[in-house]
Amino acid sequence: MKYVDEFRDGDLARGLARSLATSARDDREYRFMEFCGGHTHAISRYGLEDLLPPNIRMIHGPGCPVCVLPVGRIDAAIALARDPKVTLCTYADLMRVPASGGMSLIKAKAAGADIRMVYSTLDAIRIAEAEPSREVVFFAIGFETTTPPTALAIRLAAQKKLSNFSVFCNHVLTPAAMRAILAGEGEGVEIDGFVGPSHVSAVIGVRPYQFAAQQFNKPIVIAGFEPLDVMQSILMLVRQLNEGRCEVENQYGRAVTHEGNLKAQAEVADIFELRDSFEWRGLGEVPASALRLRAAYADYDAERRFGVTTPSAKDNPACECGAILRGAKRPHDCKLFGTVCTPETPMGSCMVSSEGACAAQWTYRRFDTQRVAS
Amino acid sequence: MDLSPLRHAEGCVVTKTYRRKLDIGNGRVDLSHGAGGRAMAQLIADIFHTALDNDWLRQGNDQSVFEAPKGRMAMTTDAFVVSPLFFPGGDIGSLAVHGAVNDIAMSGAKPLYLSASFIIEEGFPLSDLARIAESMGAASRAAGVPVITGDTKVVERGKADGVFITTTGVGAVPEGLDLSGDKARPGDVLLVSGSIGDHGVAVMSKRENLEFDCEILSDSAALHGLVADMVAAAGAALRLMRDPTRGGLAATLNEIAQQSRVGFRIEEAAIPVKPEVAAACELLGLDPLNVANEGKLIAVVAPEAAPALLEAMRAHPLGRDAAIIGAAVEDERRFVQMTSSFGGARIVDWLAGEQLPRIC
Amino acid sequence: MCLAVPVRVTELLPDQMAKVSLDGVSKSISIALVDDVSVGDYVILHVGFALSKVDAEEAERTLAMIRDFAGMNP
Repeated sequence: MKYVDEFRDGDLARGLARSLATSARDDREYRFMEFCGGHTHAISRYGLEDLLPPNIRMIHGPGCPVCVLPVGRIDAAIALARDPKVTLCTYADLMRVPASGGMSLIKAKAAGADIRMVYSTLDAIRIAEAEPSREVVFFAIGFETTTPPTALAIRLAAQKKLSNFSVFCNHVLTPAAMRAILAGEGEGVEIDGFVGPSHVSAVIGVRPYQFAAQQFNKPIVIAGFEPLDVMQSILMLVRQLNEGRCEVENQYGRAVTHEGNLKAQAEVADIFELRDSFEWRGLGEVPASALRLRAAYADYDAERRFGVTTPSAKDNPACECGAILRGAKRPHDCKLFGTVCTPETPMGSCMVSSEGACAAQWTYRRFDTQRVAS
Repeated sequence: MDLSPLRHAEGCVVTKTYRRKLDIGNGRVDLSHGAGGRAMAQLIADIFHTALDNDWLRQGNDQSVFEAPKGRMAMTTDAFVVSPLFFPGGDIGSLAVHGAVNDIAMSGAKPLYLSASFIIEEGFPLSDLARIAESMGAASRAAGVPVITGDTKVVERGKADGVFITTTGVGAVPEGLDLSGDKARPGDVLLVSGSIGDHGVAVMSKRENLEFDCEILSDSAALHGLVADMVAAAGAALRLMRDPTRGGLAATLNEIAQQSRVGFRIEEAAIPVKPEVAAACELLGLDPLNVANEGKLIAVVAPEAAPALLEAMRAHPLGRDAAIIGAAVEDERRFVQMTSSFGGARIVDWLAGEQLPRIC
Repeated sequence: MCLAVPVRVTELLPDQMAKVSLDGVSKSISIALVDDVSVGDYVILHVGFALSKVDAEEAERTLAMIRDFAGMNP
């Protein structure tokens, strides 16, 4: 696989590991948050932590949209799906996320709701065209990477004058979440720098992260998702800190340009507008951190069309997902981790997606942790 | 309970007096084909008899009587519900034969006889049913394991997905051989008979909504010939064999780790994966270790016999790409751990829940 | 969530679609979000959409830098 295999080369990884070992100063700790779930997955899957010196600690950030979606929004999606005229289309990642009352989309489907897993927003459009008597609702989640495909689907629906298609929009914004984490620093969260998003940055470019370097003095290196990309970026962060620099650097230049994808940005700006505030699991209400459909596209907005309300729902009080998502705690600091909460029976959202900090730790690295369920 | 046999013989149940040929080209299965009457007898005669013909079926009894070999026997049963029914490299018919044959063979036994039970959805095209039965017959003849009894049921439209097949198999275990999932010991060597993930990727390539094109064929195959060569080469040094079907290599190794109370340490770089399978998994966000196989086996063997076993496997067409991929290790937590090509380690876990393509 | 893979464009199709290939596996995707896509280009594929083009020179530069950092420059 071109542009993949080259960035998974074992010899180069060991070379980078040696460089890291000599570059990391013994007299300090380096605490880096990888924002994206994709990076969390790569770090766990390739065992990268084994290649890092002990004084470099990776903190798994909130960049897994499944993990940060609050329970109330899942409850609302399930309520929508239970409407007998509704066909709810969703990415497969959401199927097992626990909702209130032990419910989930996969259980709602078993109970008779018409829920279909799709690979792309275009599949949802096709279903709406093929089944004009059904109200097809696309359950849209994701960061800036996944938003443009939703925008295009809405544009396409408008062009085709599809009257039975709408979107339940839960798209959220990366820089706003980073800002919320940095603003909350000190409450158990200490971060020396960020391994920045890959494909989010392919869309939004480099500029939106400048605030973190300028206002919060945190270096950021935008990094590809392959293991060498991650190691290289960690090394770049270490060098920035050692040299007293604080910049936004772009390690993933092969896919990320300075401006990002202007066409995709324009699509998103035409169809969506900022919400004043949006609830994130773990971070709480974050101002200007999510999108909703503009009034001009109200016909395609499932929230308006079906009068969706988001009931306030509580997580399991013992669940530490919130603190884990902020980087204040590690998965094995949670009493539920590996006992009642496992990927088979997730209590919290971090255990659901394989990109979640807890699922990655449990699935790939639980030999590291003290608490081992038998 | 109505266990209708594959009753078919001319002049026995179906007579020439009323018999009009089934319209296999355009006809469909209807409820009368499962009602125990003439229509059912004719369906069985024209489709199943033609495809699976052998002495036992020809007797037309509700059961088949056969000579039992001396010694220990192995028995297995397996239901097949694959979707789509026809996939690159096979179909539900050949799969149902291979699946039962392989489950018997994994005990080291020589598979002898199969039974087949069909649950067919009303409206299912007769042409597809004939194609499946013929494929089953071809697989059974190639394997030398006849289907000697069977059953047919038809359910209303919407109550099944085309056709479901359950096959049961029996086989004879060679004297002195006692393979079992609890026999792996620390230090034992782990082998796989070839590239992993081919079947799952071939089937998924034809799934609605996932559609992609690739040249990958299902590896669906009967493995008892390979197994016989392996038993001849390694004999009592062979601890166990298993075919990593649903859940893939990852699930199978975890099962054995539990049964044998050991851990496994495997090497990522040693595990054969075809480039197209790796690419399809990359696209779908899947791990080849979790993807199903239908013509591969893993074997655990005492270390001293490993080289001879590997050589014997590679000498067989179905074991050409066999490889040593790791070893059993002492581990009271029974973890399956994999060393990545970087030297980093990670756990190889069971798949949580259903294998949902990880889109994002 | 942001799983994406670099794939090679093998054919341009109507309606801003394209056929892409990854090591012998091919698929139809939308290229509506990226301008000036030609056959032979590599694009980053995410949930059925091309998100950006892969810059071959930048990829080489990054690899060279990785080799340099790894102390393994030829």
